[in-house]
Amino acid sequence: MRYLPLTAEDRRQMLGVIGADSIDALFVDVPASAVLPGPVDLPRVAGELEVERELTALAARNRSAGSGPFFCGAGAYRHHVPATVDHIIQRSEYLTSYTPYQPEIAQGTLQVLFEFQTQVAALTGMEVANASLYDGSTAAAEAVMMASRVTRRSHAVLSGGVHPHYVRTIETLAHVAGVTTERLAPAVDAEDAVIAQITPQTACVVVQTPNIFGTATDVTRIAQAAHAAGALMIVVTTEAVSYGLLKSPGDMGADIAVAEGQSIGNALNFGGPYVGLFACREKLVRQAPGRLCGETLDSDGRRGFVLTLSTREQHIRRDKATSNICTNSGLCALAFSIHMSLLGEQGLRRLALLNHQQALRTRDALASVPGVEILTRRFFNEFAVRLPMPAAEAVEALSGQGILAGVPYSRLEPEAGLDDVLLVCATETVTDDDINAFRLALTEVLS
Amino acid sequence: MSMNNVGRPTAPNSDSGSGGFAALTGGRGLLQDEALIFERDGWFKTGVDLPEPVLSAEGLGDLVRQEAIGLPGLSEPEAMRHYVRLSQKNHAIDLALYPLGSCTMKHNPRLNEKLARLPGFADIHPLQPQSTVPGALELMDRLAHWLKTLTGMPAVALTPKAGAHGELCGILAIRAAHEARGDDARKVVLVPTSAHGTNPATAAFVGYTVREIAQTADGRVDLADLEAKLGPDVAAIMVTNPNTCGLFERDIVEIARLTHAAGAFFYCDGANFNAIVGRVRPGDLGVDAMHINLHKTFSTPHGGGGPGAGPVVLSEALAPFAPAPWLVHGPNGLALAEHEVDDAARAFGRMSAFHGQMGMFVRAYAYMRSHGADGLRQVAEDAVLNANYLKARLSDVMSPAFPHGPCMHEALFDDRWLEGTGITTLDFAKAMIDEGFHPMTMYFPLVVHGAMLIEPTETESRQELDRFVEALRALAGAVKAGDVERFRNAPHLAPLRRLDETLAARKPRLRWRPEAVQTLAAE
Repeated sequence: MRYLPLTAEDRRQMLGVIGADSIDALFVDVPASAVLPGPVDLPRVAGELEVERELTALAARNRSAGSGPFFCGAGAYRHHVPATVDHIIQRSEYLTSYTPYQPEIAQGTLQVLFEFQTQVAALTGMEVANASLYDGSTAAAEAVMMASRVTRRSHAVLSGGVHPHYVRTIETLAHVAGVTTERLAPAVDAEDAVIAQITPQTACVVVQTPNIFGTATDVTRIAQAAHAAGALMIVVTTEAVSYGLLKSPGDMGADIAVAEGQSIGNALNFGGPYVGLFACREKLVRQAPGRLCGETLDSDGRRGFVLTLSTREQHIRRDKATSNICTNSGLCALAFSIHMSLLGEQGLRRLALLNHQQALRTRDALASVPGVEILTRRFFNEFAVRLPMPAAEAVEALSGQGILAGVPYSRLEPEAGLDDVLLVCATETVTDDDINAFRLALTEVLS
Repeated sequence: MSMNNVGRPTAPNSDSGSGGFAALTGGRGLLQDEALIFERDGWFKTGVDLPEPVLSAEGLGDLVRQEAIGLPGLSEPEAMRHYVRLSQKNHAIDLALYPLGSCTMKHNPRLNEKLARLPGFADIHPLQPQSTVPGALELMDRLAHWLKTLTGMPAVALTPKAGAHGELCGILAIRAAHEARGDDARKVVLVPTSAHGTNPATAAFVGYTVREIAQTADGRVDLADLEAKLGPDVAAIMVTNPNTCGLFERDIVEIARLTHAAGAFFYCDGANFNAIVGRVRPGDLGVDAMHINLHKTFSTPHGGGGPGAGPVVLSEALAPFAPAPWLVHGPNGLALAEHEVDDAARAFGRMSAFHGQMGMFVRAYAYMRSHGADGLRQVAEDAVLNANYLKARLSDVMSPAFPHGPCMHEALFDDRWLEGTGITTLDFAKAMIDEGFHPMTMYFPLVVHGAMLIEPTETESRQELDRFVEALRALAGAVKAGDVERFRNAPHLAPLRRLDETLAARKPRLRWRPEAVQTLAAE
């Protein structure tokens, strides 16, 4: 087997050094009843060619986003990632290193994390950010748990614009942690409706901008209402490129900003791995989940970086930890940080505007299709439309014509009664030809 | 000296300055002193050429950001150099043995990287029509089949995103199962003192009270103590097997029997499954749930701290409570059940937005397929052989925590052999850096004083193991010779000298701000 360096002779000699007469002697503590006599019933060793053949055949059965007009968003976004990014993240020193527990020989990873934290703090307009979480949805759930610890209250109010899968992720954790949640009915443009639900028992208000229907909202007024009641304001964003165009959560009064960072530096990957962004006010940081990288000095007085404030974490605090999280999404955070560095502020702003432009063009094209109603008024790069037929059926029909037309809202929340709502996203990867093809095909499907 | 609460020093010794040769401009030969991206005056640079937008965002009115964000840019050559220079300050498994016990730093095959980047896997959207991704669903199903077959378990939840996320999934399923049978009296989870910190953290996160189970002198769960603590208030036990001392729990079947007799579930922390894969099926031991770290046993890269992947295998009793989404075999082939309705009505909820770490599924499956059933069995055998070889060759100069009998995939030493030398486990570990090796896991498990947990994995050759042994024996010789300075001031040859963790925690600087360095140095 090509990954195993020991030869039969090595094994024999090493057993001799150990003083064992066979490999079985090293497994002597395993109960006899549980010892498998031979290999389990699965295929045997396979060469690189054979494995590559099998997986390439499987991959070929999937319709990749790049193979035709593509308009899916709703929490995962297709952007162009510079070739440099993937090259760097495949360097051995990044790809095959562990969590930087020995900072003297992990300054590469640690400096990148420090730069990443600074970038995320700047983008979100917050004071500090952590070294990433699993993804946007788990970051949102962690934020609600954190707000409950900070306020010592146990009720969360969620707007009707929060991604339904984020809602379920939050509810799943909140339920067992004794935090009750009130989620308002799905609404295209009603983030403000949470204000009426805030009470003196509210730990946090969770709103999303741009929300699942694409609506961008100035949440300043909501934040003020939350703060007046002693609650924390959590702002969720699923499309990080929007930070390049829209006011940041920090500008609007957020106490905690969480986001899915996939759209910068990371591929779609059928849903994972992604990278959760988590930023908050500095005074709350000791209640924050996940890893934090901080600056310090070495014994010669030179600047260096270490993982810090680990007394929050499970390996020190065990059952008193702020979270059970042991890993971040390091390599995806690296990809994010490289792509962000390449873009710079200028590149990000331009990229964001290009996204907005292609979305406006898509909206205008679809608005001209008889029977289509545009539901979202102010959006970044995605919006919702109402179709005169179930959106899932339209998507299937368009898929048959080679167009991946977006995400039916019913895919996210079948019981919401919004079967005719389609979520459409256009990034910089969408061409004017793609938009035209979408318009023509949709016209045909609806006629 | 500053210590953390497990007795580990966190600040350098006061007398540990180098005083040796220094370059004039802060360089170290090929190791470049590399500024932060924020210190390069790149505020108006970009390394990406994008077309000029022709439409404006005027329709968004005052939603548009006005002030500068504060993000520097780098041209492509600058970016390449920045990240390559930084990379050279990292240790990596591709450079040398990386013996972090419990972390399983094994070779990461590049075939897996290549396959995960096929557009048919990397460039597909989690919410595009299921009819357009049959190959992706088939891959998940094949991965699930391998995981179930290797563990002897009937079901698997693929969505957890890391080991600790898998623990959470397993404990949530257990909680849901108790709730479903109306048993709400169970408030306690039992965890051995040697457990990973994630175990008690997970149980507490889910609202359970954690009670510790004592350990016997030979490093296993104390059955009598377990039996005494099992009762109608216990929801589950969480036991790592092989355990964090690197030992197989001999009484594992009895542990499972006692647990089930008390009406509790047996959660197994599968972090160390790599020691037994292909030779022992956890399902045959009475396990109800176990997470599998694909980044440990199945070689997906650790990437400097994630992303991980932590599928959880489940027993018949727990399977109905698995979180959405999951795969179902329907009349039209495979489909994802994404909502908690119909057959999935008892699902405890959802772990994250989408379907799990697909990119890691591809890598792990390619790894399994490459090894095959026979190769995976050999993985376990070689991992255990390598660990026992290190233990045998180091036991005369260091003190093994459990000298009698074989270890599994990792060898545990304590610091008795350092007693009276003035050298700590941390000092010894830092001196290993000067010899070109990453230190072993230090001060874990907590049950052993000054613990040094060494896991070589199966992908080390005998030559590399011998090189490692010679380095450790040489260091042990220096300990014996009283060469204290070598250790107390180590590392001498790393990109940086020992870092002050106390300073970092006392005045946290978690992001770049102009002139932060000067202030810190002046304090």
